[in-house]
Amino acid sequence: MTILHPRHRSALVFLACLALFTIGVTVAAHFGLVSTSFVKTLGKTLCLCLAALAMDLIWGYAGILSLGHMAFFALGGYMIGMWLMYARTEEIVIASLANGGLPATPEEISQGIATQIFGVVGASYLPAIWSFAYSLPLQLALVVAVPGLLALVFGWLAFRSRVTGVYLSILTQAMTLALALYLFQNDSGLRGNNGLSGLQNLPGITAGQDTVSLWFFWASALALALAYVALHAIVSGKFGSVIRAIRDDEARVRFLGYSVEGYKLFVFTLTAVICALAGALYYPQAGIINPAELAPIASIYLAVWVAIGGRGRLYGAVIGAALVSLLSSWFTGGRVPSIPLGFATINWVDWWQVLLGLTFVGVTLFAPKGIGGLFDHFTGSHPPDRKGAPLGPDDGSLREREAEA
Amino acid sequence: MRLTALLVAALCWLAPLPSLAQEAARIVAEHRDQIEKPSRQTIGPVIAALAASGDPMADDILSAWEDKRLVIRKTDGAMFIAAPDGDGFALTALDGTAAGRAAKADLTELKPNAGVRALIATALVQFTLSDPDPEKRRAALASIAQDPTAEALEPLRAAIATEDDPALKAQKQRLERLLTLRFDPDSAARVAAIDSFGADLGLDLRGALNPLVATTRVASATPPEANIARELRLGTDIPEDEAYGLLVAAKLAPARLTLEEQRAALLANLKDGAVGGVPVVELGSQDARDRAYTALEASGAVPAAATDDEAKAALASAKFYEIYAEPAPAVTDAAEAALARIDTKVGAMQAADLGLDALSLASIYFLAAIGLAITFGVMGVINMAHGEFITMGAYTGYVVQLYVPDYTASILIALPLAFAVTFAAGVALERLVIRHLYKRPLETLLATFGISIALQQLLKNIFGTQARPLTAPGWLDGALAINDVVSISYIRIAIFVLALLFLGVFFWLMKRTRLGLEVRAVTQNPAMAASMGINPDRINMLTFGIGSGIAGIAGVAIGLFAKVTSELGTDYIVQSFMTVVVGGVGNIWGTLAGATMIGGLQKVIEFFNPSNTLAAQTYMILFIILFIQFRPRGIIALRGRAAGD
Repeated sequence: MTILHPRHRSALVFLACLALFTIGVTVAAHFGLVSTSFVKTLGKTLCLCLAALAMDLIWGYAGILSLGHMAFFALGGYMIGMWLMYARTEEIVIASLANGGLPATPEEISQGIATQIFGVVGASYLPAIWSFAYSLPLQLALVVAVPGLLALVFGWLAFRSRVTGVYLSILTQAMTLALALYLFQNDSGLRGNNGLSGLQNLPGITAGQDTVSLWFFWASALALALAYVALHAIVSGKFGSVIRAIRDDEARVRFLGYSVEGYKLFVFTLTAVICALAGALYYPQAGIINPAELAPIASIYLAVWVAIGGRGRLYGAVIGAALVSLLSSWFTGGRVPSIPLGFATINWVDWWQVLLGLTFVGVTLFAPKGIGGLFDHFTGSHPPDRKGAPLGPDDGSLREREAEA
Repeated sequence: MRLTALLVAALCWLAPLPSLAQEAARIVAEHRDQIEKPSRQTIGPVIAALAASGDPMADDILSAWEDKRLVIRKTDGAMFIAAPDGDGFALTALDGTAAGRAAKADLTELKPNAGVRALIATALVQFTLSDPDPEKRRAALASIAQDPTAEALEPLRAAIATEDDPALKAQKQRLERLLTLRFDPDSAARVAAIDSFGADLGLDLRGALNPLVATTRVASATPPEANIARELRLGTDIPEDEAYGLLVAAKLAPARLTLEEQRAALLANLKDGAVGGVPVVELGSQDARDRAYTALEASGAVPAAATDDEAKAALASAKFYEIYAEPAPAVTDAAEAALARIDTKVGAMQAADLGLDALSLASIYFLAAIGLAITFGVMGVINMAHGEFITMGAYTGYVVQLYVPDYTASILIALPLAFAVTFAAGVALERLVIRHLYKRPLETLLATFGISIALQQLLKNIFGTQARPLTAPGWLDGALAINDVVSISYIRIAIFVLALLFLGVFFWLMKRTRLGLEVRAVTQNPAMAASMGINPDRINMLTFGIGSGIAGIAGVAIGLFAKVTSELGTDYIVQSFMTVVVGGVGNIWGTLAGATMIGGLQKVIEFFNPSNTLAAQTYMILFIILFIQFRPRGIIALRGRAAGD
């Protein structure tokens, strides 16, 4: 059982690619070949890949189509954003009060911060949920604790009442919507639809954005590598076998004596925490977070990335997320030449979503394995050709599920 | 008999009798001096005499006087009513006969001051209130109701008896009581007027009663000589800050020092890097600042300000009262009682109104969800593009209105056309995509989501991002108002009727037709149905088409009151899913129950927090998530084999 075992080959290749990519971008940035904003885009893409990894674990391996994981992603961003905004505002307020002639009292400082942050929503005191915002370690703990607890409670409620399949998907979607609507209110304590802004400025750091963006790029790459190793270890061990079994036949696993709900809950919470960490790395690079980031559509896009990349294989999720999100920003950025058709012009800013939607339908119908299926094709690994029992007269020649994958 | 006749004559004193024709002119002549140089204090009896003269010219004279059109001819000093005529004035003598023309230079205008004009205007009210033209009387009543004054009360009372239009008479009597309860000098009459309304729901009554119970808060060491509403307990009824503000206003305590003032005072007394002996560097805490300020107070450099202890003592020694602006306790008691009666009734009416609102919202959700209930409930297929089908229906209505300008006809055309368009779209979707995914429900969800984003963008590309109008026919405008509280718009009634209609159509289709029989058979056991010669492919296609078609019709209905944009359907899709899931899959009664519950719940939550519909939706979704815990299969769950698992 060494790390050179064939089952670890894909992880090693992935880590090597990631390392090469990181070094390549660093060198290119050092020589000014790529702009700061592009480094940020790449760093953000790595964070999205991290979220897609989590989505792959819960959907591709455990078979739970959660449409709420981007909510955990955004919550993680909100938690780190609170500290960033508080600490940054504190610096500004102290600097401006220092000009007032008298040294500032703690009351004046906290009053000044509250007015500065909450002036836009017409409040002048810090809500209770900002109690820990002064401290980076506490707020970092909240990055894990808040989404983790939410996932734990929600998952416990959902799984214990045996909500499965599409019902669970709809329920998670409803949870996301509820959270987004809640955060849209001005009195939610998180600045309503203004969201948190100015997150790209790290308090106490004087280095320029070009340096900071590289730091975040490295941190994102490191987080992705660590998460990949950890998830690879999980899915290639016994735990992975159990959750795959749950995906394929939940009832059978339950009858074998496994605590299906426990496994699901663990996976749900773990992936929520990974998403939250990804969000905590993403939003300081994006600079702004608002409740629109929690819209149910964001979580569905996460599923789209994983589906296009290929479910049930970790590298598939990463490839899907990177490819689709980069293509998306390329197409919607207006830098793709329009295609004149004579009677009309295809302007990609307008038509990219149509193309994406139809591509997605095509992938679902014709290539359920996504891009990952191409690797199978080239490495020549095919699923065993097991003939299942005929399904019955209504489905013609289709076979039982066993025969399909 | 004679006495009665006299009384009748007296009551009809406003009727133009020939013998009175010269009366107004005589009164004017008699009080000529006062009229030329009127004063507010003394002119009252003259105006009253004119108003009571019964001469039809009195009205004209008074209004001319008010408008500064009463003139004196310089040559002979005679008084006329002038009307602009070309570059001069046409004159009318005070007895109503025409008196030729005159140039502006030959005339002196009488210019009564504002106070006198107000008196004249009040006197004129009785003329407009008794004007032969009912429209003018109605306008006069409306203007009094708009701006009620004590002066209007007497003329109004006088004008009731002569009113012959029953509707106007009722209006006058109601207005008279409203004015009485506010302005009558006699408390007993006011209380009687208040009690006469009972629990009337009119907004005008509440508007008249509310000023009577308006209160102000005062601080006082002894109970004030006023109509006290209640004594306020410190901390519970009135916050300490506000109470202290009252004390300061009543000059019972010095103003408290705000932190900003303290800061400014310290800055002003900054000497040699220290304030009051405290070095500036130490002033970074409130304690040190207080010490410095106390030192300054002691040296007399700053005025003494109340410390916390002094403020507490001052608060403890004073009492706080809420007093009515209205001095008569009997009136305020009666008004409070009347308002309490009204509140109870308004509460009941609001509950009824809430019920109507909830019902209409429920029927909207039902319409949006019924198509989904068919595809999801009956076929087990999640169609995320359902919302886009609703949007397509609404856009179909918009396109039809582009070509058919008559709104009634266009809606009648749009309804079946929307059904046809979305039926075709649904059948195409089923044939091309969903048919291949019947065994993979999660992937159906994703594939139809792909369709949804593609369709939404496509609609955006075609119709643009701004809202398109879908106008309801004129006969659906307005609302059915049952009283001032309960009302419901006709569009919502129409949607309710449409929802009922669809419920009926659905039952007819499922229970009374061959297609319904086959659909039920395929739902319960596709293999067995196929063995019996039913083609499940065809049935699935038709079922999906019908479900989508109903979404199109729902789209037309929703478009009538919502903005038609490419995101119209998205707003309803989550609620529609919730409706189906909460109600129970595979059962139309379940969908109905789900829609009723979600619609009702949303309205009730909104009622508790009307300013915040976002919060209402949040709490509703949370409630649904919890509800699913207890009834995972919905309100009406299928049992046995029909449940499918």
